[in-house]
Amino acid sequence: MSSQTTVDKVAAGIGNYADDTAGASKIVNGFARKIFPDHWSFMLGEITLYSFVILLLTGTFLTFFYEPSAAETTYTGIYAPLAGQTVSEAYASSLRLSFDIRGGLLMRQVHHWAALVFVAATIVHMARVFFTGAFRKPRELNWVIGGVLALLAVFEGFTGYSLPDDLLSGTGIRIADAIILAVPVVGSYISFFLFGGEFPGQDFIPRFFTIHILLLPAVMLALIVVHLFFVVIHKHTQYPGPGRTEDNVVGFPLFPVYAAKAGGFFFIVFGVIALIAALFSINPIWAYGAYDPSPVTAGSQPDWYMGWLDGAVRLMPGWTEISAFGYTLSLNIFIPTTVIILFVMGALVAYPYLEQIATGDKREHHLLDRPRNAPTRTGLGVMAVTFYVLLWISGGNDIIAHIMQLSINDITRFLRVALFVLPAIAFVVTKRICLGLQRKDREKALHGRETGRIVRLPHGEFIEVHAPLSDLERWTLVQHEVQRPMEIEDRVDAGNPDTLYGRFQRRLSKFYFEDRVEPVTPAEVEAAHSHGELGSDEEHLAVGDKENAAIGTSQTLHG
Amino acid sequence: MSEIERAGDAHGQGPGTTLARGQGGVAEKFENPGLPEHRHRMGDTDPKAARRAERQVAILLVLSMIGSVLIVVSIIGVKYDGSFNQISLSTKAIGLSMFLSLFALGVGAVHWAKTLMPDDERIDYRHRQRGTTAERDQAVAILKEGTDESGIARRPLIRNTLIGAGVLFPIPAVFFFRDTGPLPGDDLSTTMWREGMYLTKDPEGGRIRASDLGLGSVVHVMPEGIEDQEEILNAKAKAAVLLMRLEPELLNPGSGREDWAVDGIVAYSKICTHMGCPVALYEQQTHHLLCPCHQSTFDVTRECKVIFGPAKRALPQLPIRVDAEGYLQAQSGFHEAVGPSFWERG
Amino acid sequence: MTRTLTALSARRRHPLAVVVLIALALLLVGGLYAALAPRAAEASTATASADDVETGKKLFLANCATCHGLNAQGGGVTVNGDTAQNPGPSLIGVGAAAVDFQVGSGRMPLAQSGPQAPKVNKIRFSQEQIDQMAAYIASLAPGPAIPTEEQLDVSTVNDEQLARGAAIFRTNCAMCHNFAGKGGALTEGKYAPSLDEASAKHIYEAMLTGPQSMPVFNDTTISSEDKTAIIAWLTQDEKRPDPGGLTLGSVGPVSEGLFAWIAGIGLLIGCSVWLGMKSS
Repeated sequence: MSSQTTVDKVAAGIGNYADDTAGASKIVNGFARKIFPDHWSFMLGEITLYSFVILLLTGTFLTFFYEPSAAETTYTGIYAPLAGQTVSEAYASSLRLSFDIRGGLLMRQVHHWAALVFVAATIVHMARVFFTGAFRKPRELNWVIGGVLALLAVFEGFTGYSLPDDLLSGTGIRIADAIILAVPVVGSYISFFLFGGEFPGQDFIPRFFTIHILLLPAVMLALIVVHLFFVVIHKHTQYPGPGRTEDNVVGFPLFPVYAAKAGGFFFIVFGVIALIAALFSINPIWAYGAYDPSPVTAGSQPDWYMGWLDGAVRLMPGWTEISAFGYTLSLNIFIPTTVIILFVMGALVAYPYLEQIATGDKREHHLLDRPRNAPTRTGLGVMAVTFYVLLWISGGNDIIAHIMQLSINDITRFLRVALFVLPAIAFVVTKRICLGLQRKDREKALHGRETGRIVRLPHGEFIEVHAPLSDLERWTLVQHEVQRPMEIEDRVDAGNPDTLYGRFQRRLSKFYFEDRVEPVTPAEVEAAHSHGELGSDEEHLAVGDKENAAIGTSQTLHG
Repeated sequence: MSEIERAGDAHGQGPGTTLARGQGGVAEKFENPGLPEHRHRMGDTDPKAARRAERQVAILLVLSMIGSVLIVVSIIGVKYDGSFNQISLSTKAIGLSMFLSLFALGVGAVHWAKTLMPDDERIDYRHRQRGTTAERDQAVAILKEGTDESGIARRPLIRNTLIGAGVLFPIPAVFFFRDTGPLPGDDLSTTMWREGMYLTKDPEGGRIRASDLGLGSVVHVMPEGIEDQEEILNAKAKAAVLLMRLEPELLNPGSGREDWAVDGIVAYSKICTHMGCPVALYEQQTHHLLCPCHQSTFDVTRECKVIFGPAKRALPQLPIRVDAEGYLQAQSGFHEAVGPSFWERG
Repeated sequence: MTRTLTALSARRRHPLAVVVLIALALLLVGGLYAALAPRAAEASTATASADDVETGKKLFLANCATCHGLNAQGGGVTVNGDTAQNPGPSLIGVGAAAVDFQVGSGRMPLAQSGPQAPKVNKIRFSQEQIDQMAAYIASLAPGPAIPTEEQLDVSTVNDEQLARGAAIFRTNCAMCHNFAGKGGALTEGKYAPSLDEASAKHIYEAMLTGPQSMPVFNDTTISSEDKTAIIAWLTQDEKRPDPGGLTLGSVGPVSEGLFAWIAGIGLLIGCSVWLGMKSS
């Protein structure tokens, strides 16, 4: 027992000191028992956050050995196929840290795999937030911050990919330079200022290094802090279900449950990435060789998160480059790169506000939407995903052509059309599927669950017995509000229909909510039951009892 | 009754969402039935199950400890003698030990939380972000009082000059970047090719005789003396040339270009006019040049005009001739800018 | 009265609906593939028969002349006044190396016409027969000869030569065959094949003769020693080690990105689902 008391004493001492110096008791009181809802999809953001932390850790290790210099040197390392070649210090040091430093190659691979996972997790996390409507008030601003973080993540990835100065990364930089050159009027100036003169020059490696390890990580870290701060002040959203309301958050306390779960999850993410990095090679820079503007490899692709832009560039027809009055406007490059990035970021940032205009809804929302209950939004989301995936496929068109023995030209021609057709089809089909699922929910709420039990009625007809739903089961199906177009429902908060804004708002509202399935009301259930369609009264009584029990439970919990 | 119901009322009656469908005494909307009854885990009721879970967590944490030890063993123990087998072995050994150390720790912690920590759901209540009317009034009053105290409203001179100073001070920051690079000048439009410069093989070096090239041959070319340039890569990025030999009758030189080839040997810039990748995939049967980056395709028999893909302009041709000994040399530099387009290109 | 008929429980959605839906999807995918797959023309076949130039000529007439002409002048044979179906290129001056490469790698005789002749593992002729045909073609006009043992001896290549070979490969070959010799796509369904399975002799011959889309790299443009160095780099896996682990096909960031999504995000979501599940 004496050890117990020693431990207690030490703990008390530390606690006391922390409280005296940092007001720890207030922090513990305020945060330790904060409730987080439990759902696998809420961990997607954590995967993103944790891979960022892994990137900081492994990246710091790499900086100890990496030489951010384009100065020429002769390769004297152990990789025979490069013996005596003229390479940059950056490339030579990247090879040195891979081959001569214990664990260096592993760290490089963990870093690169973590980067790919980081951006992928960002996208999946954003998709979750979008499809569940978690970007609605009061979280619009946090959605915007998330969007900016996603963009910065892509730039951060690209600058990192450029640092080893191998053949593939140099080709990537060359293309980045062409993107800059294609900016009307100021392109060549920006290019010369960024590269310190002509491409590639000596300056871009140290500059990209500073951007990659200092500027972007610092900005991202600051934004991540704000992002998480918002999560704390808003409290986490939750999925709809019995007992979950707009005014509560149901889940487990930060201390101890989430400390163990989320803390443990960091190690799981790190472990999984370490496993992949231990077994799978990534970016074998020694095989690509040092950067030289003359050679190139078949299948020159950027890392996956730039793939959609590369794909967009591949699809653009050449005639969109315009020369007139002694100037050249390279729309064939400018549109599928700079313009498309600005467009996607603009759409991303504007979306929550656009939806607010359509709904005229200024209330806070903490209960998530089931994606089917927002068919137009879900349709738009799937449309955007389809567009993105098609561009991504286009970015790998040569690899696909080679592996599937197709013609690269046919793939490109097909995608030029498909890029406009398939997203539109995806929108319509998704919306239909959502409405169909809602109808199925209605059906289930009205008539109960299918039991697979077939009964033959006295007059010979066969019917399937439907078991009635408990109130708990039914709630999830009927809890949502339905939005109606402003035309058929005059809304106090809608804009004046005589103004341009008012007309736009009504048109948008119609687009969003013209097709809809309304949730079942108690009256409808009543009516369905009075038709005597199913079941015995006994079952109903049983349900009634359970209902009371459920409410009872929730009350005890509240107390 | 419960918080939940009150909350439901406050929220469910939002503007525009009232569903006027109620008839008789039936409610318009279903009521939130409240939290379901708590279902106990095996470990909550069965001490044996709890002990089993405890053992599982402990085993996972022991595995993690073993993993951590193995990391140290792999770093120190795997001989690092500069052979690639050892590098490969070391990478796998350290990586898999790391996996064991980290993953087992993570799984252990989560398993502990899931099986042994309380799993009854708790509730926190939310507050609207927007302050109450009183809070908002107070905030407005404070801001107003502060503004009054500052006197900014009464002193427009200070207000206006403050705005001016505020707008102007960040602008000079941009000018600090002036010396990050020189102005483009005509660097983008010129290459190191000059009249009489010899064509040499890339990367091996050495002049090329016209007779070296057989029909269907291709040679990657750099100007002689490129290795002595101050910025070799900059020079290479513009001067790379591809030399190809076709049947002379297949070429269709435009006016002014009739004598730019030597016996069906033509020299074109290897830098794509689209985004600057090396356009080096020469198909000797179709005489097409394909860029591996974005699939722009150029037809060598038609002065390298674009026949597919995102590029617009033909690849610039380098006029060549042979000297007295039969070595290929440039008649002149390129007659236009090579590489990707830029605004001032014209 | 109550019977359990599980199948009927799905009566709202006709069970055939799923089948029809899958059939439609397959049809769509198949149709797309058919539309996108490079078009193949008619197939031509040939059979083998029986020494030196004379035997080689006989072999040629029996197996190759339908497309390459009776005197190997190209353009096929005119039968009954019809023009040749599959006019092949002239073989005069292509040399013994071309014959050895084309027939020895199974590309010729052409089994099936497509965007280009694929490598075939089943070779229809013995090396002796191939040499006889090569001798016949070489007798028509001088052309590149089959490389000598010495030219193919990679054991003499030192590290510096190896590095030079690798550098020449990167500038002259990698744009089509990829940095690791895994091959790549060309225009309209043509492709640069993977060099993994290619023998040293065939690689040398291919450089020398420029088969199909590939340009010619004769001994004056890439010297014989440099060719040997390229082959040394390409064919000796131990000379270009990959200590990072499994390579995912060595096709660059495309397979890496796909893997990060499928394995990385897949595994992590799997862990998340486990984390979010209630314990039993």
